Amino acid sequence: MVADVIEIHQLTKRYQNTVAVDRLSFTVKPGMVTGFLGPNGAGKTTTIRLLLGLAAPTAGQALVNGLTYGSIRHPLHEVGALLDANAVHPNRSAINHLRWLARTNSIGPARIASILEQVGLAGAARKRVGGFSLGMRQRLGIAAALLGDPGILILDEPVNGLDPQGVRWIRELMRALAAEGRTVLLSSHLMNEIEVIADRLIIIGRGRLIADTTVGELITSAGATSLEEAYLRLTDDATEHRAGGDRR
Amino acid sequence: MTALISAEWIKIRSVRSTIWSVVLTVALSVGLAYLVGLSFRANFAHLPPDQQAGFDPLFATFYSLTIGQLPLVVLAVFVVTSEYSTATIRTSLTVVPQRGAFYAAKVLTGALLAAAVAAMTVIATFAAAQAGLGPHGTSLNADGVPVAVAGACLYLTLIYLFATGLATLLRTAIPTLGILLPLLFLGSQGLGNVPKLKTVTQYLPDQAGQVIMHIVGQADDPRFARPYGPWTGIGLMALWTVTALLAGYVAMRRRDT
Repeated sequence: MVADVIEIHQLTKRYQNTVAVDRLSFTVKPGMVTGFLGPNGAGKTTTIRLLLGLAAPTAGQALVNGLTYGSIRHPLHEVGALLDANAVHPNRSAINHLRWLARTNSIGPARIASILEQVGLAGAARKRVGGFSLGMRQRLGIAAALLGDPGILILDEPVNGLDPQGVRWIRELMRALAAEGRTVLLSSHLMNEIEVIADRLIIIGRGRLIADTTVGELITSAGATSLEEAYLRLTDDATEHRAGGDRR
Repeated sequence: MTALISAEWIKIRSVRSTIWSVVLTVALSVGLAYLVGLSFRANFAHLPPDQQAGFDPLFATFYSLTIGQLPLVVLAVFVVTSEYSTATIRTSLTVVPQRGAFYAAKVLTGALLAAAVAAMTVIATFAAAQAGLGPHGTSLNADGVPVAVAGACLYLTLIYLFATGLATLLRTAIPTLGILLPLLFLGSQGLGNVPKLKTVTQYLPDQAGQVIMHIVGQADDPRFARPYGPWTGIGLMALWTVTALLAGYVAMRRRDT
């Protein structure tokens, strides 16, 4: 078993009328930040939910450290995930949110205190999350993801709602975590941000793999001057402007 | 499992609405029990002789639980449905991917909480009702009283768990309460005593479980008598509860989150 690796093999997820993820295969390696890109409805969030065992694949496999997510006993020590920063009970304080999370995975109170300090929420720890700005919720989500000191981090749009200081903080944090040898998978719509954070890129469209490459290679091969330009050329075909909006 | 129960306990107690639901459960049960007791005491002399002879102080004692149970049921529903409405369920299942362990912890934590609230509520309600009833009251060591007291505690715990199972099955508060509140209101407020309907409604969970508390199904009155005894009634209610809990579990296992 290779540690801290995400492996997606022929992953497929079909809903009644749509194929959200279609025979998708890729590997995410440790020691670098991998950007996970694709237009709305491309299947990024579905892929992440399949990876975390929140949805069952129609076919194929999503493995974390060689295992399906559901067979991991204390997953916070292996995988930290931030899916939706708003997915916190608004009447619960930040520290109580982290307390129950910690308890499920046998993490002690000292770690909660240090992680709150690290994400800059120590002063707001006893306040209700309902009164938090989106930026503070993102920080709380990052704290939850880092709680078990995991080797793998999966973050869905972590810079949404952050002010410039927050964006820079995330960027440096992601870089530092990758430099420590961790696997960091980060989805985002902000191409400028991905261009400076990510080493590798996984780009999907309509549930299929479009590119598995590095930022430099992608820009060169597309004959573009920026990641944004290269990305837009590459995903042009795969963009659907559906009336229905985002699929949950 | 103790770690998971303790995590669920942190979730429950770290939300303010929990304490209000518990306070309301105790206050409504105790307050109404005292008033019902007072009212029986004041009107006892005016009751017809046969009703005076057949007067069951336990009916007056525990009748208020039909109202007092409502905030407890609402608590059970919100403990589950708030996970879905806030999407915390995704976080829960990400940190505890074993659905069975997660659900067992939620159910066991609910059972412990409900049993504690039930014990507190039932003892206080009993005392308040006797204070209200005065000379027409009964005492804890009187015939049949210990069984009714234990039965009332069991009833409240089971109704909490029944609501937990149903809420897990349905995931959202409005439809769950849309089933539970009419069930609990109509059941206790009369439908259970309408002769034609009674043949069916007497097997509903609350109707079956309330026989042991002497609230429904007085054996000495053919209009209200039931074809089953108090412990069979609790058994029927337990069967409803287990069915609801299993349905919730199967639904949670099968669906994507």
